[in-house]
Amino acid sequence: MNRRPLDRSAILALTLAMSTAMPAFADKASGTLNVAFTKELENVDSYFNSSREGVVMQRAVWDGLIYRDPETNEYVGNLAESWEWIDDTTLEFKLREGVTFHNGEAFNADDVVYTVNFVAKEENGVKTQRNVNWMESAEKIDDYTVRIKLKEKFPAAIEFLSGPVSMYPNEYYAEAGPSGMGLKPVGTGPYKVLDVVPGQHFVLEANENYHDSPKGQPKIEKIDIRTIPDVNTQMAELFSGSLDLIWQVPADQAEKLGEMGQFTVANESTMRVGYLQMDSAGRSGDTPFTDPLVRKAVNHAINRQELVDALLQGSSKVVYTPCFPSQFGCIQDVTEYEYDPEKAKELLAEAGYPDGFSTEFYAYRDRQYAEAIASYLNAVGIDTDFKMLQYSALRELNMDGEVPLSFQTWGSYSINDASAMVSQFFKHGSLDSTRDEEVLEWLNVADSSTDPDERIEYYTKAIQKISDEAFWAPMFTYNTNYVFSDTVSYTPTPDEVLRFVDMSWN
Amino acid sequence: MLPFILKRLGLALLVAFTVSFISFSLLFLSGDPAAALAGETASGEDIEAIRRIYGFDRPMLVQYGDWLFSALRGDFGESYYFKLPVASLIAERLQVTMTLGVCGILFALLTAVPLGVVAAIRPNSLIDRVALFLSVAGQAMPSFWFGLILIVVFAIQLGLLPPSGAATWRHFIMPTIVLGYYAMPAIMRLTRAGMLDVLGSDYIRTARAKGAGETRVLFKHALRNAIIPVVSLAAVQMGFMLGGSIVVESVFALHGAGYLAWESIARNDLPTVQALILVFSMFYIVFTFLADVLNAWLDPRMRSA
Repeated sequence: MNRRPLDRSAILALTLAMSTAMPAFADKASGTLNVAFTKELENVDSYFNSSREGVVMQRAVWDGLIYRDPETNEYVGNLAESWEWIDDTTLEFKLREGVTFHNGEAFNADDVVYTVNFVAKEENGVKTQRNVNWMESAEKIDDYTVRIKLKEKFPAAIEFLSGPVSMYPNEYYAEAGPSGMGLKPVGTGPYKVLDVVPGQHFVLEANENYHDSPKGQPKIEKIDIRTIPDVNTQMAELFSGSLDLIWQVPADQAEKLGEMGQFTVANESTMRVGYLQMDSAGRSGDTPFTDPLVRKAVNHAINRQELVDALLQGSSKVVYTPCFPSQFGCIQDVTEYEYDPEKAKELLAEAGYPDGFSTEFYAYRDRQYAEAIASYLNAVGIDTDFKMLQYSALRELNMDGEVPLSFQTWGSYSINDASAMVSQFFKHGSLDSTRDEEVLEWLNVADSSTDPDERIEYYTKAIQKISDEAFWAPMFTYNTNYVFSDTVSYTPTPDEVLRFVDMSWN
Repeated sequence: MLPFILKRLGLALLVAFTVSFISFSLLFLSGDPAAALAGETASGEDIEAIRRIYGFDRPMLVQYGDWLFSALRGDFGESYYFKLPVASLIAERLQVTMTLGVCGILFALLTAVPLGVVAAIRPNSLIDRVALFLSVAGQAMPSFWFGLILIVVFAIQLGLLPPSGAATWRHFIMPTIVLGYYAMPAIMRLTRAGMLDVLGSDYIRTARAKGAGETRVLFKHALRNAIIPVVSLAAVQMGFMLGGSIVVESVFALHGAGYLAWESIARNDLPTVQALILVFSMFYIVFTFLADVLNAWLDPRMRSA
């Protein structure tokens, strides 16, 4: 949500710059790292929230069967020691022995079976269904061998098992349920939860009995997380020494904080991609966007590099694909529409709009980016009737097919597989404004093949067509700033997940 | 006095239910709650399922009746967002808001009334000018700005107070000042005007003529009459402070009911919003009711109203 007026940030930055700020003193002595969340986390139970803060907690408190190294993107065992495909829809895992949950319960096949069977059942209402709805059930072979049965072929299973699917203690979860788990979370992860005030305050403590996990051992004893909605207040807390680390810091403020010399400012890209969605299927009635020439004109009208340089800054990059470059299958060999307003005008003329046309243009976040985009469109003769809506309201309109043009973003839930983005929007779902038969067919093959080469081949076909036909205008990737006191050592990862286990004192 | 109180009470209840009905309808008009609940990844079928599970497919009047019936039994349902009972959620957040609101209004009254009285005794004096300046500044300064300035000065530069949070009483000092300061100017000007008006009236001259001491004249005779509109105003301000301290709560990271309301609207968390609206309107009603009773006690002429 982006409702904080820019001038407020400017005011505080100015005031802080004028003030002779005291040197920040961190809580290194007490061993507690103080961190701020911006958003109120709805429920710590990771299956029942859908926010970034929730992923951060999930990675700290729980473990998955598999772990993906954020540096190399290689999959290694975590709660599982090894795994193999028995057939196209059955995965067998050998589990790690001697792991215990924070409450002392031993981890074994029963926990996996219970967790998988619980989350896979739609009635149990896991918030992000696509994280779990590819699983049919789990079956215990012996205490430390378990099989997960898939509904259909799903090659991204390994990625999901290394990400959002974490293992819960069966006895405890059966009793506590999602509400109880949210108030008193129990996992096997590197950090135990000491205290939860819903939405406001979370205290974590290093798990001394943490198993020999690829995540590494926790080095900071205690993590104290408070929800502070105002970024300016977070900065003030950082200055006064009562916070050690803030993240998701806007570019202008991060820059000023960096200049002060007392803090480390780290910028990393996120998997979020910003793009223009055009109604090429003509769902919103008679719209110029059904014409590929018009869509190409839009692609040529946008100065992506300028958007990145002037607005997004940091490690943001220009993209031309409907997915994040690091995602498996997200090939980069596509048509790149260079910024060329003259060409855009020619294309519009060729399409029968020598004087341009006017269209509704929607957005739900980053108003200043949307306005910049609108001005590029205006410059080539596309008049925009700009409307800023809440996310849910815009999606509702989009599902009803009433949106000719909109500025959208998608973060893929940090899942490093192209299916998390391309297949989300081009498989004739209610948010698909393209509805191309060929793309659907290819994506079906790519999403379900267990042969990596075949997957790449078909994602390439689909992505190249999307790009050649200019169904979307992909524009840029997002980035985020982490600011922490000099006493903290941390290297952020490109998936926008704060990893407490990787943090240490200098 | 009893019939007066009963009549006021009946009227108050009517207002509360009208407010709750209007807010319920407005929430329904503002967007599809099922779509908002379903989250980012939901398909059309997911949304339909949610619509059925939560009963959004029923006529609005039926849903309102359902809600009202439960609410009357004290059951406000479960927050869609937190998946926790709304009643306990609000009770927890109200503690912060109530503390802040009571401290804020006390701060405003304890500074504004004496300043107003002094300003009225010595009109156009230096102290009157200072009071006027304070009141103009208070009205003109946005509260987030004032809050941030206090944080910069007292928390960062002087290191005297914690910047944000609600852990100790010291955390409440700055928010109280910010919230109270906003209510101060109106109370002060009203006190000053009322006092000036009253001090020029015949019965004050009579009181002085019969030899009453100046303190007695000021407090027993003048202030008691001048304070009546201030009581009504303070009641409204108090209601405003409880429901409208969103900015202050956000700047000082106090997780109070005002901030909860603001966020819940954005999250389409209907049960929470609905319960909060009822609670806030009840506050307004209770405070204006108390103000009416207090005024009736101060001024017997009002009891017939």
